[in-house]
Amino acid sequence: MIGSMVNISKKWGFHGVDALKKSSPGYLMLMGSFALLALAGVAVGLHGMITGYHNVYGVSREVSWGILISAYVFCVVTSTGLCIISSIGHVFGGEAFMPIAKRAVFMSIIFMLGGFCIIFFDIENPFRMAIYNVFSPNLSSNMWWMGTLYGAYLVFMVIEYYFLLEQNHSLSRLMGFFGLVVGIAAHSNLGAVFGMLHGRPFWYGPYLPIYFIFSAAMSGGCAIMFVTTLAWKINPEIMNQRMERAMKAICQVTIFLISTIIFFTIWKIVTGMVSHDKSIVIMSMVTGDYAINFWCFEVFLGMVLPLYLLIRSRGNNFNMIMWATGLMMIGIFFMRYDIVVPGQMVSVYHSMGVEEAIELIKYTPSFHEIMAALFGLSVICFAYFAGEKMLNGHQLEKHEIVPEGGYICPGCGAIHFMEEGETEEEAMKRHHKIW
Amino acid sequence: MKFPDINLNTLKNEGTESVTIKERRNFLKMGLAITGVYAGGKILSLSSTFGVAYASGSDFVEKYPYNPHYSMVIRQSLCIDCEKCVDACNKTNHVPEYGYRTRILTRKYQDQLDKKVEFIPVLCNHCNDAPCVRACPTRATYKDPVTGIVRMESKKCIGCKTCMLACPYDARYFSAERHAIDKCDFCWEERLSKGETQTGCSSACPTGARTFGNLTDPENIVFKLVHQLEESVWVLRPEDGTKPNIFYMKGNMVSVDNILKGQKFTYTDPAKKS
Repeated sequence: MIGSMVNISKKWGFHGVDALKKSSPGYLMLMGSFALLALAGVAVGLHGMITGYHNVYGVSREVSWGILISAYVFCVVTSTGLCIISSIGHVFGGEAFMPIAKRAVFMSIIFMLGGFCIIFFDIENPFRMAIYNVFSPNLSSNMWWMGTLYGAYLVFMVIEYYFLLEQNHSLSRLMGFFGLVVGIAAHSNLGAVFGMLHGRPFWYGPYLPIYFIFSAAMSGGCAIMFVTTLAWKINPEIMNQRMERAMKAICQVTIFLISTIIFFTIWKIVTGMVSHDKSIVIMSMVTGDYAINFWCFEVFLGMVLPLYLLIRSRGNNFNMIMWATGLMMIGIFFMRYDIVVPGQMVSVYHSMGVEEAIELIKYTPSFHEIMAALFGLSVICFAYFAGEKMLNGHQLEKHEIVPEGGYICPGCGAIHFMEEGETEEEAMKRHHKIW
Repeated sequence: MKFPDINLNTLKNEGTESVTIKERRNFLKMGLAITGVYAGGKILSLSSTFGVAYASGSDFVEKYPYNPHYSMVIRQSLCIDCEKCVDACNKTNHVPEYGYRTRILTRKYQDQLDKKVEFIPVLCNHCNDAPCVRACPTRATYKDPVTGIVRMESKKCIGCKTCMLACPYDARYFSAERHAIDKCDFCWEERLSKGETQTGCSSACPTGARTFGNLTDPENIVFKLVHQLEESVWVLRPEDGTKPNIFYMKGNMVSVDNILKGQKFTYTDPAKKS
């Protein structure tokens, strides 16, 4: 058993727990602090679950989705985005994007799991969900489709990751394709969860499902650049010519996608100004309570600064890319928060002019909510740092790890195995055939 | 296809004497049904006066898909904000302190001569096209196929709170005691299913502002209040197209009293002291 595990880890290029033992104390402390934060998050979340969320959470009857749903949306948007960006390479054959595939799919799975960790502490009866989602489905509910499709998406991504490790390119490509289709369906349904609530003018309409897909692609580009440049800081060996080329290509795509999102945001603001119900929300983002969120985080950190820095970096200044995308991740979190929370600040009775609904509804995240959100985010960080070491930086091109009979494919950079009597070229053709 | 060869000119007039009572009744019934369907809608669409928030359409009274079709008419002018309905509701349905199934909203006016304040009771509208029912992922909330009441099957509720946001009337809250979303069910569980005919709030209302009844019964007060031309009837947020079953009217006109007393409309001279 242990022997076969060693073989698999050799074949997959894993370093396992040994790599952690060899890591620097600072690295272990960083991982440890994320583990502690995650544990603290679980503890606080469970405390909230036992005492009753309505006692400790900041959400109310009117604002029933708060920072937890925002954090969940942030995680699943990033997960879908990683899938979209990586699929350009290993599903649609964009050669420049291929080297990021393993890290992107791994992080996509981790972000999805992190999102599930967060939603666990938002849904009041998570255990019933598993039962009645299956036995009492409501096919007209976007929430049902979102949950079900994301479940299927996670399964496809895990299978795809397995085939990526196995070097089975045709099957990983097939799974990647299904994962992409299901992921986009799931993600646009998440947009529709908001977009089909016709009592909420700030959300209602086809805008959000469409925006979510483009926004996801942008987040994916940002996230893969951030985790790759951070991995480069951890282990400079992961960067090679092919990876540099990949970074440049992703940088270009991300610059394009940030511009798209700026375009989307401008039109959201402009069209919102002319409708009374929407303009209340828009004005609170432009000049009111959410102005700092909007201008400092969403616009400056999330769009303008990264756009400038990424253009300046020319796709090869990795320090600059790391700072740009790291700050952008923070900006993107606020971008999600600015969709979820302000959409609920206008009471449904506001248009009637009654005393109870004149003022905008306030929401402040409570300690319990922040900790429960940090639980999911720390799980992601912990898994990322552990993965970088234990999975050997998701590398494909290290000569030391090429087992006997294998060679590095000049096309994709992965390790291929020749069958008996086969030439390298034939093996490559076999690996890269479309099913 | 062949048509029977009938020459209308040579047909003899049979006269109305030969029509049986049953046939006559059927014919009248059909006429009434057609008139009712059209008139009900048209009356309301003609009589709307309340501008943006209350523009009414013919959609919400065209037909009554349930029997008994439970409904409530709220005569706004009669509400004095005594909150007896809210207390009765909380007591009947064991509503926890942090929640409510019904409440009374207050609208203040500056420039009106007759009134400075108006009270508007609100509750679940038991919409025919309920957005909460569409949004629920597990069918924990559903339209009762008989009565049209929007009810909860608490054990299926996963607590995702989508329905709370889908509801355009803010009628839902999460009840930690029930481990599910809680909402008005027209007192189905506590009163109606036990044979009572009134909800807790409507029976507690001292002024008759809340009138509960069955819309499919022409003898019912609710039917009479909705099917009259003199006073405008509206629903809240008609722009959402949810076809609500809570109707609103001012409700302080003599003509309405006349309808309720089964009298014909009589003219009262305001100059003449009764």
